[in-house]
Amino acid sequence: MDPEVSHFKTDVFVDWCPGCGNFGILNALQTAFAELGLEPHQVVMVSGIGCSGKEPHYMGVYGVHTLHGRVLPFATGIKIANPQLEVVAVGGDGDGLGIGAGHFVNAGRRNLHITYIIHDNGVYGLTKGQASPTLRLGLKTKALAKPNMNDAVNPIALALVTGYTFVARSYAYDFRHLKDIIKAAIRHKGLALIDCLQPCPTYNDINTKEWYAGEDRIDSKTGKPQPRLYKLEGTDYDPVVHDLNEDFQKKMAALDKAREWGDRIPIGVFYRNDFQSTFTERISERIPFYQENPPAKQRISDENGFSTAELQEFFNELKTT
Amino acid sequence: MKEVNWMAGGPQGAGVDSAANIFGRACGYGGLYVFGRREYHSNIKGLHSYFHLRVSPHEVLANVNDVDLLAAFDAETVVRHMDEVVHGGGIIVDKDQYSMKVLDIPTLPPEFKDELTINVDEKAVGETLGDFLDYAKKKGIQVFPVPYLDLLKRIAQKLGIDKISRVTRMVNVLAVGVSFTILGYDENLVEKAVTAIFSEKPKVVEMNILAVREAYDYAEQTFKGGFRHRLEKAEWNEERLFVSGNQAVAMGKVLGGCRIQTYYPITPAADESEYLEAHEILKTSSGNGAIIVIQTEDEIAAVNSASGAALTGARAATSTSGPGFALMVEGLSWAGNCEVPLVITYYQRGAPATGLPTRHGQSDLMFALHAGHGEFPRVVLASGDIRECFYDAAKAFNYAEKYQLPVIHLIDKAMANCSQTYPVFETGHFKIDRGDVADEQALVGQVYKRFSLTETGVSPRVLLGTKNGVHWYTGDEHNEYGHISEEPANRTLMMDKRMKKLELVDKETPLGEKINFFGDRHAENLVVSWGSPKGAIIEAMDALTSEGFSLGFMQVRMMHPLPREYIYETLAVAEKIIDVEGNYVGQLAGVIKEQTGISASHYLLKYTGRPMTTTEVYDGLKSILLGQAPVRQVLRYGS
Repeated sequence: MDPEVSHFKTDVFVDWCPGCGNFGILNALQTAFAELGLEPHQVVMVSGIGCSGKEPHYMGVYGVHTLHGRVLPFATGIKIANPQLEVVAVGGDGDGLGIGAGHFVNAGRRNLHITYIIHDNGVYGLTKGQASPTLRLGLKTKALAKPNMNDAVNPIALALVTGYTFVARSYAYDFRHLKDIIKAAIRHKGLALIDCLQPCPTYNDINTKEWYAGEDRIDSKTGKPQPRLYKLEGTDYDPVVHDLNEDFQKKMAALDKAREWGDRIPIGVFYRNDFQSTFTERISERIPFYQENPPAKQRISDENGFSTAELQEFFNELKTT
Repeated sequence: MKEVNWMAGGPQGAGVDSAANIFGRACGYGGLYVFGRREYHSNIKGLHSYFHLRVSPHEVLANVNDVDLLAAFDAETVVRHMDEVVHGGGIIVDKDQYSMKVLDIPTLPPEFKDELTINVDEKAVGETLGDFLDYAKKKGIQVFPVPYLDLLKRIAQKLGIDKISRVTRMVNVLAVGVSFTILGYDENLVEKAVTAIFSEKPKVVEMNILAVREAYDYAEQTFKGGFRHRLEKAEWNEERLFVSGNQAVAMGKVLGGCRIQTYYPITPAADESEYLEAHEILKTSSGNGAIIVIQTEDEIAAVNSASGAALTGARAATSTSGPGFALMVEGLSWAGNCEVPLVITYYQRGAPATGLPTRHGQSDLMFALHAGHGEFPRVVLASGDIRECFYDAAKAFNYAEKYQLPVIHLIDKAMANCSQTYPVFETGHFKIDRGDVADEQALVGQVYKRFSLTETGVSPRVLLGTKNGVHWYTGDEHNEYGHISEEPANRTLMMDKRMKKLELVDKETPLGEKINFFGDRHAENLVVSWGSPKGAIIEAMDALTSEGFSLGFMQVRMMHPLPREYIYETLAVAEKIIDVEGNYVGQLAGVIKEQTGISASHYLLKYTGRPMTTTEVYDGLKSILLGQAPVRQVLRYGS
């Protein structure tokens, strides 16, 4: 094994089901961190609740395994307090698009430099297979008593309209693609979403590995399966906003792409905008020394332990003398 | 000079707050102490609001029931507060509203109209505002009619403004000017206050000073009959502040090293965050400093973002009221489990549910003590006045970091929105205690365990991003490294580790930070209270003591861990134990009973949504001391 990759592992037993898509995501993350030359202490992985919530425990970086749906608020607090940290957020589709949907939307408005990977398998695995917000209307996965009565959220479309500046989809079993997307997302200076499709071998008996591979769709001429996933990188689709005037157009094109599902499912980068200011930049406009001296680094007491704060100006405003 | 109680009232949006601020400052410039209480509806414009200022050459700690001079901007203020004006007091009123029928005032709520109808019918007061004022005169109240519109027209003309609507907002300053004239106060001090308050807007200063002068001219010429109450300058030789609870908490946080504050807008907490944001760049002896204020999408995000920030080593806080705190509860439990130094400033207001969103309440003690699933250590502090708000806001971070636990700082609406005169807060002695933090060098060659089992329960903390210190947090039960563990033996060790930190807090905290005791330590009768009733209790107790009653007052400040031994020893020898608090059940008395077995013998409770006054606390205590009171008395003063 690559020695750098080993730095990003722990000896905690990985307790996901055999065949779980999470293994692919975990490997891709560890390799991406190594290839980016990150040092373990520079990275904070924040997770929600569910199978993916355990991911930080398997990573040799700072790990914050939080509450159901609250990955982004924790990640936001960490990143604002110390913008020098590389913050990677992971969570399930139920975590981010169900209970945490309000945070998903509002994080877009800030455009902090955070990479957010949604582990998208259409079910709530750890509670034994209920329908998640990305499961399509009318589908009945095996743990459901009746077909799903809610329609699905489209994570790509939602990210596009709420301000995410890097919006991508990948597939847990396409290691190389996912790893490269993760690297690009981490390099992106704003808020990046990766909607990572993955089978749940235990509870999602519809969107299976075989389904993604198109094994139910045998080409009559070649006799081979026709995979459902295709890479945007191999098409003439250009996700990048090259100048601000084309932002709307690019967003509309990405939304159009986001509608594709079923027999043809695009993976890759849907949209990237490097022009939108990040929250870090917005703070820096008001507080010029913010990035060098963020809240986590400020000295709040002197060598004798006394507070460094001088309140004279506050008092002057309130003085009645 | 005797004390003067001045009240300004009018529709929201008419500048009642500014009027009170000018009045309070002008009094401060003359060396007088002021206690001011602000009351307002949950409404942007139009509904009734008022500000009651008590002014004295001596320190004043609370409101009293009396109003000596009522400056009414509108008819509603007269009908709502007329009964509070003392014999020999005065009412300043808009001359043009005399013919208004009081029952036609559109903003009066039906419950209040019913009361008013009784007055109109039974007391034969008459239907119009003029009739009400005649009735007031018969009761020995002076009436000072002011033609606000004429004065505004004159001002507009002098300023060369052709639209009267551009100056109508200055009714408030006219009322202030007339008030000070009647009270015989130095006009220069009023102009100084106007200049200070509008210092960033020179044009507004000019307009308002003109209004003050017009008011003085008019009132001096018109009201020559004299007035019983006078405001006189006092001798003083110290620097003083006129400061609200919201401002005090904000400044206390800065002193305490808070560098991130998260919040979601809610009354009466949001003013604090806005004040901090307006002052985000800080002056510090260590160079560049700033506090970052983040308005989050909800209180769930607020509490969890603050926790995240705290893990990086920034001192972080969030500020909220009851409904917001309710949403924070899961995050609080996470912070307790993960030993996060998180500070939550909790401004209580009238509850349950939306309750009385802009009114006072003290009914969330039990909630603050018990909020969160499971058992985890927390510190709950309750300030009793604005100065305590300042120091407790700073100290909260020391408790949080030293013991690595969430701290809930309980305040209430009364303190948040009252303003009081204090000598400038002393800050030179405040020390920051960051607890046990291991840095990069200390970690060399070690395998760091975030939750290492130690004798005290406190493990050395490493901040996210520190080299050599990688570790994990989880809301699951965890082992020393911070990895998930469901093993029963580990579980017991971790529960013990976390919970025993409370014993350490209890042992290490000086008594003076947990309890204030006033009066005779061995008095037969003991008042027990917490939070904003403090001022009224001290004043009432002083009066009763001088009448010969034997009375002591124990103010509990550390609600958790409760200093139960001290409380037990103190209460065990008292004859009467009088619980005074702003809720229905007597929550503090309940907690004390639970932890010491000792019950209160009497209760003075109030849940009108208004703070207690010295007058009603005095009356209530006296009836108890004379043996004439039932076990439970409910106070009701204030509109």
